[in-house]
Amino acid sequence: MKYKVTHTTTYEYSANVPLCQNETRLAPRNDAGQTCEYHRLAVHPKPGEMTKRTDYFGNTVNQFSLSTGHRSLRVTAISRIRIHPSVSPLPGTTPPWEQVRDGLNQNRTRVGLDIYQFAFASPHVECNQELARYATESFTPGRPILEALIELTKRIYTDVVYDTQATTVSTPVMEVFQHRRGVCQDMAHLQIACLRSIGLAARYVSGYLRTVPLDGAPRLVGADASHAWLSLYCGTLGWIDVDPTNNVLPGVDHITVAWGRDYSDVCPISGMFVGGGRHKLTVAVNVMPM
Amino acid sequence: MAGAYDEMFLPTGEPRPHCLPFISAVDSLGRAELSQRWAQVERFVRENGMVYHAYGDPSEAVRPWDLDALPLIISADEWKQVSHGLAQRAKLMNAILADLYGSQTLLTDGHVPPDLVFGHPGFARAFHGQHGPGDRYLHLYAVDLARASDGRWWVVGDRTDAPLGMAYALENRIAVSRMLPSVIHDCQVERLASFFIALQDTLRDLAKTNRENPRIVLLSHGPQGPSYFEDAYLARYLGYTLVEGADLTVRNNRVMLKTLGGLLPVDVVLRRLSDQYCDPLEVRGKPGLGVSGLLRAERSGNVVIANALGSSLVESPALMPFLPGLSRRLLGEELELPYLATWWCGQEGPRNHVRENLDSLSVRSAFRVGRVDQVPREELRAADAATLARRMSEYPARFVAQESLVRSMAPVWTRHEPRAVHVALRAFIVASGDSFSVMPGGLVRVAADSSELDLSILAGEGSKDAWVLSEGPVPSVTLLQPHGKAELRRGSAELPSRVADNLFWLGRRIERAESATRLLRPILLRLTGESERAALPELGELLRTLAAQGQIEPGFVVDGVKDQLPAIENALPTLILDVKQPGSLRNTVAGMFGNASLVRDRMSIDSWRIVLRLEQQIDTLARRRGVGLGDVLELLNAMIINLAAFGGLVSESMTRAQGWRFLDLGRRLERSLQTISLVQDLLLETDNHETAAMEAALEVADSAMTYRSRYLANLQLPMVLDLLLTDETNPRSLVFQLAQIVSHVDALPRDQGQPLRGTDQRIAISALTKLQLIDAAALHNAASGGVRSKLGRTLQWLKLQLPRLSELISHKYLIHADVPRQLADG
Repeated sequence: MKYKVTHTTTYEYSANVPLCQNETRLAPRNDAGQTCEYHRLAVHPKPGEMTKRTDYFGNTVNQFSLSTGHRSLRVTAISRIRIHPSVSPLPGTTPPWEQVRDGLNQNRTRVGLDIYQFAFASPHVECNQELARYATESFTPGRPILEALIELTKRIYTDVVYDTQATTVSTPVMEVFQHRRGVCQDMAHLQIACLRSIGLAARYVSGYLRTVPLDGAPRLVGADASHAWLSLYCGTLGWIDVDPTNNVLPGVDHITVAWGRDYSDVCPISGMFVGGGRHKLTVAVNVMPM
Repeated sequence: MAGAYDEMFLPTGEPRPHCLPFISAVDSLGRAELSQRWAQVERFVRENGMVYHAYGDPSEAVRPWDLDALPLIISADEWKQVSHGLAQRAKLMNAILADLYGSQTLLTDGHVPPDLVFGHPGFARAFHGQHGPGDRYLHLYAVDLARASDGRWWVVGDRTDAPLGMAYALENRIAVSRMLPSVIHDCQVERLASFFIALQDTLRDLAKTNRENPRIVLLSHGPQGPSYFEDAYLARYLGYTLVEGADLTVRNNRVMLKTLGGLLPVDVVLRRLSDQYCDPLEVRGKPGLGVSGLLRAERSGNVVIANALGSSLVESPALMPFLPGLSRRLLGEELELPYLATWWCGQEGPRNHVRENLDSLSVRSAFRVGRVDQVPREELRAADAATLARRMSEYPARFVAQESLVRSMAPVWTRHEPRAVHVALRAFIVASGDSFSVMPGGLVRVAADSSELDLSILAGEGSKDAWVLSEGPVPSVTLLQPHGKAELRRGSAELPSRVADNLFWLGRRIERAESATRLLRPILLRLTGESERAALPELGELLRTLAAQGQIEPGFVVDGVKDQLPAIENALPTLILDVKQPGSLRNTVAGMFGNASLVRDRMSIDSWRIVLRLEQQIDTLARRRGVGLGDVLELLNAMIINLAAFGGLVSESMTRAQGWRFLDLGRRLERSLQTISLVQDLLLETDNHETAAMEAALEVADSAMTYRSRYLANLQLPMVLDLLLTDETNPRSLVFQLAQIVSHVDALPRDQGQPLRGTDQRIAISALTKLQLIDAAALHNAASGGVRSKLGRTLQWLKLQLPRLSELISHKYLIHADVPRQLADG
């Protein structure tokens, strides 16, 4: 499956902005599941300099600043991605989850450490016994890890009402847990928090979701903006993605851009600016199958 | 206390041999002489305003530092060992940072449990992968030491983020050497200056750009931070520009200093702000702090930050138990200094040990982030055993438990009985060449309750100087050493816009304080004099002027209302000393003091002392009960002398650079406005031009002597107006102020490409010209026409133009940028 994704973010200000510093994580990653064949980042007005680096998690980061006064800023990322179809293992045949948990701390290789780091609390994700109790309703002793994961995903999908008004980017995960409302980001954070609370390694994935305009079929939420889900490390099976917002195991409709411990590691565009008065943000994402 | 080591005496009661020279020197001085000298030192300390902002405690924002007269004396032999161990520890900490921010082999080979790093809330991934020059992450380091009953110095804590306290160590030394100059010399005490020279050399050598004469700035948390006094003190002592985050900006991956003249590149940043707050773009810290893009500039190699961002990682107590192993692994050496036995509950074995021995151990936060413990000490102290145990079982990795240790004791000097208190020593270490050098001395804190000293560098009852004895005579050193070939410079350190803004407002507020004082004095003289109120017709006018200045409520001068208020002579002392009344003298002085504290590093020590004295005098009086008019009058007289002294220092000792210009501009603008108001309220508003009112106006404007020498006792309004307004030879006249303003405005930096004058220049010139064009007839007409005369209208016009000018200057030069905000997430 091949896609062209156009992701345009526009900031409009009521007053002049003499200076802003920005950082973007908009370039899709390459991994076993997908290949990014083309990527271009266009910024208007044109910044003085653009620096590219790879962050600790292997995401591509572009940094730029604008030091000429501007009233609007438009960032457009255009990418072509090929998704490689893969076959998920049969849930019942996956190893018991405790076995995966106990193995995390044993592997001291670089690869092992890069997995293990996702077992810890992070700025948006706390771990506690309350969340652990919620998780262990699905992660019962000896249960195959994928089976438990699918059930937990379904429970979060059922228990948490999709509500764009209930939360902001900084709503703590425990508040989402108590009120049971939120958006894809909140659901991903909540499920990650549950998984880490029982000692598993889970990471946050940001990306895009293709709309499937089938007649009469429900439209998948998240199609018009960037989307977020999560990935759980399942031992020898590697990382397996789940999307609690749509209660699916991502296949060829999910396009990965970046991953990290939580949203704060993969925020698509972050920036600091001076002046500007009030500002308005518009995001337009277009995922086109090719 | 049983078991505590005595710093000065042997168990037999004899002095320790290395303390003998000190004890005999002090004995020969005599107790009385020592007392007297110490009183002087205490005054000196007070006058220098050694204050410490208590972090997060608004009730007691600043507190004086109690310095004790008796030093802590450490023998040469002992210090040699201790400092060798400190340098080793510094080397080790640096090596650990280099590994954890680089290849992380310590994690892959199992020397550091990965949980300790990945579970560390301060391990921001953005810090990883920096490559400082020479793999240096740690340039300044501090170690908290305690001497245990066994007589050895034990490490109880590490500070690797941006350690505080060294300026206090220096200030303590300066104070004590004032009291005992010959004793310090005779006892052969090592000097501290060598440490600061090493720091200067290290920072200079760090510069990758502009190596001959690099621009080094000291990045402070700002006046609200825990260390503003130190920051300002160090910046001045080391000769660096004191900046806050908002003074810096990143352009083209370079850190730039915003100055009046434009942006100037910065080569090295001495960081006093915690690494967690330094770059809000990459590491979300606190709003308003830090420099967006700093990490990017650092990665591009255009600036060096000391300590490297992320250096706070290794100051957490959780790391302590792993240091002996790490020392063998990284340095191939045994760790020299003993350290407080520590168990990190993030590992099973130690966790069990802690559970079984909880009664004999003290529990602490395992991690420190942004200078504070992840689990605050207050929380630990308040928690009962059951709560603590529950917390520890839910989040074991957040806790360590440590053995406790009985700190050594030393005598403190009191006027009556010598008293023994517990001692904490903070040692300072600076990178120097390929290794580290240790300050021969340190900051000593003392307290009767040993556990209080564990709390923070703020804690304790007082402080002591630490004397490290030398094996031979001590050579003298100074910081002003020649280095390389420096270029001749005029205009010294560049002026950040924020500092210019503060100087401008300091000028305005000082002048406001002076005019308030000068207006009050004639009123108080009259109220305390022998004349009846009826014989003082000008008193009413003076009080009205006072109300117009906002010093008293308008009700006091309104007939019908004033009868319901207390008599003015009874109410005045309270009104003057009420800090909450906007416009009161106390309030004005407080504002002035606030501005002055923001530019401490730009003021000479003498000017600062005067400002501090002004604040302390009025504060002392305000705290007294039953203050009478006589007391206030005495205060006013003292204040006028201090204000004059400040003016004298500014005009005689400040170089005519931009800083002086903004200070003076502020003063001139304020004085112009005050003079206009004085003339309007006292002379033009009324129809009956009482001689007494003219006399009072001359007094307030400090021009009575001049008038008398010209016209003797012949008081006439045109002559008075001339002297106060249009006489270009009178430094108190309005025209004199306006002429100064024109020349200041002309000298401000501006775009040379513009062929015509700027708006600010045009306003200044038109103000001056308008007044210069006033002729004798206009002065005479003013006597009958009052505020409606030509002169009256001119003054009213000026009263509107001058604030406009002030605003224009602010916008053009001073308000460079408002607080950066975060973009809504896209």
